[in-house]
Amino acid sequence: MVERSAVVSGRGYCRPHYRDDRKDLGVIEFQAVTKRFDDGTVAVDELDLTVDPGRITVFVGPSGCGKTTSLRMINRMIDLTSGSILVDGKDVRQSDPPLLRRGIGYVIQQAGLFPHRTVLDNIATVPVLAGWGRAKARKRAEELLETVGLPAAMGRRYPAQLSGGQQQRVGVARALAVDPPVLLMDEPFSAVDPVVREGLQDELLRLQGELGKTIVFVTHDIDEAIKLGDKVAVFRTGGILAQYDTPAELLARPADDFVTNFVGRDRGYRALGFLTAGGLSLGELAPVKVGATVAEARQALRDGWAVVVDERNHPCGWLSADRLSSVDESATVDADLLLAGGSLYDTEHGSLRSALDAALSSPSALGVAVDGQGVLAGSITADEVLRALAAARTAGEVPQ
Amino acid sequence: MNLLTSWLFDPTNWSGTGGIPQRLVEHLWYTALALAIAIVIGFPLGALVGHTKRGGFVLVGAANVLRALPTVGVLTLVVLLAGIGLVPPIAALTLLAIPPIMAGAYAGIQAVEPVVVDAARGVGMTEREVLFQVEIPNAMPLIFGGVRSAALQVVATATIAAYVGLGGLGRYVFDGLALHDYPQMAGGAILVAVLAVLVELVLTGVQRLVVSPGLRPVRTSGGTQR
Repeated sequence: MVERSAVVSGRGYCRPHYRDDRKDLGVIEFQAVTKRFDDGTVAVDELDLTVDPGRITVFVGPSGCGKTTSLRMINRMIDLTSGSILVDGKDVRQSDPPLLRRGIGYVIQQAGLFPHRTVLDNIATVPVLAGWGRAKARKRAEELLETVGLPAAMGRRYPAQLSGGQQQRVGVARALAVDPPVLLMDEPFSAVDPVVREGLQDELLRLQGELGKTIVFVTHDIDEAIKLGDKVAVFRTGGILAQYDTPAELLARPADDFVTNFVGRDRGYRALGFLTAGGLSLGELAPVKVGATVAEARQALRDGWAVVVDERNHPCGWLSADRLSSVDESATVDADLLLAGGSLYDTEHGSLRSALDAALSSPSALGVAVDGQGVLAGSITADEVLRALAAARTAGEVPQ
Repeated sequence: MNLLTSWLFDPTNWSGTGGIPQRLVEHLWYTALALAIAIVIGFPLGALVGHTKRGGFVLVGAANVLRALPTVGVLTLVVLLAGIGLVPPIAALTLLAIPPIMAGAYAGIQAVEPVVVDAARGVGMTEREVLFQVEIPNAMPLIFGGVRSAALQVVATATIAAYVGLGGLGRYVFDGLALHDYPQMAGGAILVAVLAVLVELVLTGVQRLVVSPGLRPVRTSGGTQR
């Protein structure tokens, strides 16, 4: 089992900080599972796989690879042809489908909210089916609305009055209503635009940090898989499992050409996202405050560059010797003089990838490092990142 | 004008046996009875086929055959089979009302978004719960459309009850015709038309109460995606 403690990866992907007290509920085992449809096509072929409890497992692959079919066999939305699926040791075929499904959260593309019910009633669906009684179900729904970050007033609205992103949040709340240990998510974020999708992904990771559910998540987007998954199962056409590994392993050691191609370009660069940047040493920076005079700023230049900070010491951009040469000595440093900085490297949560990106994207070739609160901490060079990478390799931290 | 309204506004026609109130009640009674029977027969059939997505072709074919039946022909046939009485006109009117009700239920349920039905099953609803808690409520606008259209046709056609010796507003039309009493005929026709409009208004009101506000056409608020 992977025990990845609070590591930030990629573009500052926040990994869930798992609680230690989570129950080991929601182990899902696929044992030689095959699904053959009536027309003879084999959607899933002899699948053997164990989903870790309390973790996010992503099924990813091209269309027709059986990832959705595999997911839907867990709650019997599709019945398997042979083999068996066990949830916490119990064969799913021993349970009556509606009862089985009430105990497993289900989130689908476009949310699938009930248009005729208010948001609150949508969320209360499963508790009401389970016979909780209206008042208790409503109260639970109100809690969940808050859990997924929606204002209480939204509970009285109807789904058609919500944006796609809001609908999907309600979809997640509905799936969590009876606090099931397992959550099945079938391409839940693929129908929303990229910016909203990223927000929903971050939100899911935050929620997962609190809840520690066993989540099976289906997507065709490898980047989404790598961002969300504690483990990723890559399927190939014909329902065959190509590789089942952690995202870092997948990037470092793809099992074959299919996985290599599927994982895509910049594999090595993206793998840096899984390496913590603890060993990096930062260079000193002499910052210039916003509002200082140009004369003072010229004094502060190092190699023709100076970083500018605001009154809270948060970096706001760069000054160049070129730019300063054309303005009067007595003028003050303001936003018009600044060159936009690159990405910031967060020393508390950042990975080698974000440190390297900070250096590469900075106009001065010096990456700007900040602490967890966003206060300027120092500078970082690309050379330093590569040195740290070499050190990590020597120490055996990088998968060979 | 006078020709048309003289009879209608004559106070003596508005009371007693064979007066307008009595005929109105009779007319509504035939309408309600035929409509109720048609709903009992047509709605479950349409709903079942819409839910199972099986037999849609047969259902549409059957509805078309029923639509093609001439109502007066059916009336005559049933009179020959069952004799004079309430049965022949009610049977004819029921056959008239079944197709729109059945088609409305079928079309409405069949058109509920697949993703919504999938979600309903996926959260653990039984087939019965899927039908009653999700499909039927969401199909309500079309179901009601079918009932309204059936009601309108039945109200207008219930005049034929008088053709086989029963009451209703058709009495005035047929009696007027027989007696060459054109003001009475016109008065009867106007009453039928007004009643049809009133029934439509009442049903529209009921529909507003029964259909969830979530299903009304949305004014796109232009809200940002968040």
